[in-house]
Amino acid sequence: MIKLTIDNRTVEVEKGTTIYHAAKKLDIDIPTLCYMNLGDLKIEHKPGGCRVCVVEVEGRRNLAPACATECFEGMVVQTHSIRVLNARKTVLELILSDHPFDCLICAKSGNCDLQDMAIKMGVRSIPYQGEKSTYKPDFSPAIIRDMDKCIMCRRCETMCNDFQTVGVLSGVNRGFEAVVAPAFERDLDHSECTYCGQCVAVCPTGALTEVDHTTQLIRDLADPAKKMVVQTAPAVRAALGEAFEMEPGSLVTGKMVAALRRLGFDYVFDTDFAADLTIMEEGTELLDRLTRFLDGDKKVKLPMLTSCCPGWVNFFEYHFPDMRDIPSTARSPQQMFGSIAKSYFADQINTKREDMVVVSVMPCVAKKYECTREEFSVNGNPDVDYSISTRELAMLIKRSNMDFNRLPEEDFDQPMGESTGAAVIFGTTGGVIEAAVRSAYEIHTGKTLKKIDFEQLRGIDGIRSASVDFDGIEINIGIAHGLGHARKLLEDIKAGRSDYHAIEIMACPGGCVGGGGQPLHHGNPAIIKARQKAIYREDAGKPIRKSHENPAIIKLYEDFLGKPMSEKAHHLLHTHYFDKKQKDVLLD
Amino acid sequence: MHMLVCGGTGCRASASDMLFDNLKKELQEQGLQDEVQVVTTGCFGFCEKGPIVKMIPDNTFYVSVEPGDAKEIVAEHVVKGRRVERLLYVDPVNKKQIADSKGMGFYKKQIRIALRNCGLIDPENIYEYLAADGYEAMGKVLTEMTPEDAIQEMIDSGLRGRGGGGFPTGVKWQIASKVSADQKYVVCNADEGDPGAFMDRSILEGDPHSVLEAMVINGYCIGATNGLIYIRAEYPLAINRLKIAIKQAREYGLLGKDILGSGFDFDVEIRYGAGAFVCGEETALIHSMEGERGEPTFKPPFPAQSGYLGKPTNVNNVETFANVPVIYNKCAKWFAGIGTEKSKGTKVFALAGKINNVGLIEVPMGITLREVIFEIGGGIKDGKKFKAVQTGGPSGGCLTEKHLDTPIDFDNLLAVGSMMGSGGMIVMDEDDCMVAVAKFYLDFTVEESCGKCSPCRIGNKRLYELLEKITKGQADKEDLDNLRNLCMVIRDTSLCGLGQTSPNPVLSTMDNFMAEYIAHVEDDRCPSGVCKDLIRYEIIPENCVGCTACARNCPVNCIAGERKQLHTIDQSLCIKCGACLEKCKFNAVAII
Repeated sequence: MIKLTIDNRTVEVEKGTTIYHAAKKLDIDIPTLCYMNLGDLKIEHKPGGCRVCVVEVEGRRNLAPACATECFEGMVVQTHSIRVLNARKTVLELILSDHPFDCLICAKSGNCDLQDMAIKMGVRSIPYQGEKSTYKPDFSPAIIRDMDKCIMCRRCETMCNDFQTVGVLSGVNRGFEAVVAPAFERDLDHSECTYCGQCVAVCPTGALTEVDHTTQLIRDLADPAKKMVVQTAPAVRAALGEAFEMEPGSLVTGKMVAALRRLGFDYVFDTDFAADLTIMEEGTELLDRLTRFLDGDKKVKLPMLTSCCPGWVNFFEYHFPDMRDIPSTARSPQQMFGSIAKSYFADQINTKREDMVVVSVMPCVAKKYECTREEFSVNGNPDVDYSISTRELAMLIKRSNMDFNRLPEEDFDQPMGESTGAAVIFGTTGGVIEAAVRSAYEIHTGKTLKKIDFEQLRGIDGIRSASVDFDGIEINIGIAHGLGHARKLLEDIKAGRSDYHAIEIMACPGGCVGGGGQPLHHGNPAIIKARQKAIYREDAGKPIRKSHENPAIIKLYEDFLGKPMSEKAHHLLHTHYFDKKQKDVLLD
Repeated sequence: MHMLVCGGTGCRASASDMLFDNLKKELQEQGLQDEVQVVTTGCFGFCEKGPIVKMIPDNTFYVSVEPGDAKEIVAEHVVKGRRVERLLYVDPVNKKQIADSKGMGFYKKQIRIALRNCGLIDPENIYEYLAADGYEAMGKVLTEMTPEDAIQEMIDSGLRGRGGGGFPTGVKWQIASKVSADQKYVVCNADEGDPGAFMDRSILEGDPHSVLEAMVINGYCIGATNGLIYIRAEYPLAINRLKIAIKQAREYGLLGKDILGSGFDFDVEIRYGAGAFVCGEETALIHSMEGERGEPTFKPPFPAQSGYLGKPTNVNNVETFANVPVIYNKCAKWFAGIGTEKSKGTKVFALAGKINNVGLIEVPMGITLREVIFEIGGGIKDGKKFKAVQTGGPSGGCLTEKHLDTPIDFDNLLAVGSMMGSGGMIVMDEDDCMVAVAKFYLDFTVEESCGKCSPCRIGNKRLYELLEKITKGQADKEDLDNLRNLCMVIRDTSLCGLGQTSPNPVLSTMDNFMAEYIAHVEDDRCPSGVCKDLIRYEIIPENCVGCTACARNCPVNCIAGERKQLHTIDQSLCIKCGACLEKCKFNAVAII
């Protein structure tokens, strides 16, 4: 242990502790801007770049960044001496001097770490005015980059390179012109970006935001000729409350349904319905591959990988195109929903697909891209017209003069609002595979599960593995969240080192609960874990907890699809993947 | 007889390679090719008067030799034994010709350790290096000394890093030696980025084996078998000579497996940099070698703990390495006997600016700035008055008259607000505006900042803008306060040495030349007549004879006047290029 003094108080810390963390032990909150620590998710970003966290260390020539400087025995630290306060404020003024002053109309206003810091430091003028950096805004199908607002904290780089190993974003140019950008400063659309949105999730300013579909939605809601259908992903209900000052982990399913109805949607449905459908298709596919594999069919590819996550789909299309026959061909729940809504349900309500607008509310920004994929449209009409994030929904609710906290709890509409606990857990890492196991086990063995909860599949570690006994057959299951972890599993498969039968992959930390479209966690990983807990709570409270028991799904197969993996199901619920490595990113 | 022809980049730019060919041809024609050897050497340092040809054994030192002079040199000096008088150096003070370089003020006070072989041996011929005691130190260390003893010798010598930091070399080696790892690296920092400094290039061009030899010794001391030389790609000649040297050393078993039968393996590879100033900082250099963006990271961990590819790495600068073999050949005590109490040995400086003898010099630590500038440098050009000297490259400070008798060493320069840096030394005269000088250096650091930390990325830009405001006469006194505050904060908060020192030119000029800042701010006046927005050119009626020279040379035709009539300048059109002042022979144009 090391003993040191911070602001004239003594504290003991372990060797290797930084000044920042030592100060925390004394409830001294040293301000930071670029620093980010996502605890259990094992993402620590401390480039020591912003220099806002500088403190005075006795005997040291210059000020030390608290986030990166390790404590030593007998260290004497001042965190708010006049020298520190002046330096900290000057540094902040410098950062602000190269930042647009359009806070009033910025997408991040009120939710911006830089704005908070300016308030905290009491900045009232910028003595150092001068040239500001300007860049061409970059509009991709999912993410908008407005680099005029970049403060070079490089958090996005850490997420993109270290956590996701996608490697699209990095610092380019030197000095005042330095900025984070894809190679050759090309657009995201001409890069290998997976649109996972983790850069957006950690950006402290308005430099990285999602494409905004709220205006389009308001316009469509006002059009009487349009049948408005909305679906909400499981992770949304576990996070939306945060936007209304509720505790992280508050479940707001009923209020969310009420709000959507009041916004003017004709049908408020649940993506969970489609998640149950996904399990039917994906689970059947898994059982089919497994049976053939066990029967010695050499052509069968195992392990089978999940395909619900659009960021992940993009990832393997770019980085492992030669392995694109491994993931399940099942479409994601969002797309299965759109496909069924615009066929089966449209028929039921005698509406042409052109007159129906299917909107999804997602914890994700990659979903915005997913619904623009050509294969998910019929004669140019997309199955899902567009997707809004949890954040966009929160903003719409606020704009529509609703007091969210006082809304009544309402139920989803039928038939596509019916879902099971298995579908709810799609929202967290390990959930999809647990849902699949619940159904696959019962379908395969013909036995009823004694215990529905598969604790061995739950958790927050980046890579997890477990075996499930399918009545004498050990099924090895792998789980990864974060594309960097996915890469490891894929490389193992490629090298023949993998003995998994099925693998679940989610691009975002914690799965969809930590998605790029969720209310910002501002670097607090406890929020993601609270949402995860809420998801399991919702599952536990559901009367039906296995997808194949969802009566609406059973009816859907009876009335419309036939059986899982039928020709019709193939046509409507399955997809194929592309080799995007061939896409020449250097050509416009 | 030997004829040494400078083959450094500077002299080659003035066609010394053609001169070399011509000398050979002439000798051939005279049938003297076997009696007289023509040798291409590294830089002599006296770049002001290159190309240089030195005759051995009589030490005749020919300056500004052109390829066409080859015939005369051979015909006169070689055949007839008569010096070619017109090619001899003329002392700028007493106007006397000096034939022997030893008699030149430029060389008198120099002690050449790092540059010992530059201008003496053929860098592309390993035999010449071997003949100059080359690889003897390596042999001694590898076969007679333990790594511990060798490190101790280095510590005892007192050698400090010549790249700018001044960290004791032996101690650095000791730290790296004590970290255990399966692989360690020795890195030679040849990313010389200070504008105007070229000692590293000259050493690599003139004596590449000395660096290779030192790297092997370093590897033996710390337990590394891999050496990497990080060199900027715009040093093609140095790279070429290094490649030749590495190839030759391998052929002679001086690099590679089981060197000299000692059982010690060591080999060297070259890595190229794209010429970013910040890559001279060791962590940035290592990231660049790893293929990452060349920007520094926080220390600790130091490279000695976790460097190239996460392995313990010792980084030393070219000049530091060049000193190493001599220390083992002559012993630590000898080396420690040169210099001052805390700075031992010599330092190479690149003398530049308004000085008579521009070039590369190596002087003992403790020599005064006055000796360097007025004796070695031959004083200020055109009889002008000395104003300031900037040491330490773009982030050093500007020192004045009152510092001239300061003995130069690491600590003294820091104490007076400048630094040793890698050894740039730029002399300024009365015509230089110190605000403009500070702005000039800031322009460089703004360009070369990596952009990682906010104070350096944005702060230096704002410093530059404030200086620009001052030189345009648009600043007020509050700007001066802001300027100083910004300097202090950038120095106090920047991540690496670049930002921590970039305000030095501003702070030192504010400390030493505040009156000039005040004149710009309060009187809208540039006392040196440099800042264009604050000056105007006027014709002095009593001196003007109406020769029309000014009008004829004005690029914007803003001077009117008939022959033998008084001329006038139209201020609204004048672009203040100064052509009129330059062309006027009657002192009739003045800066107001």
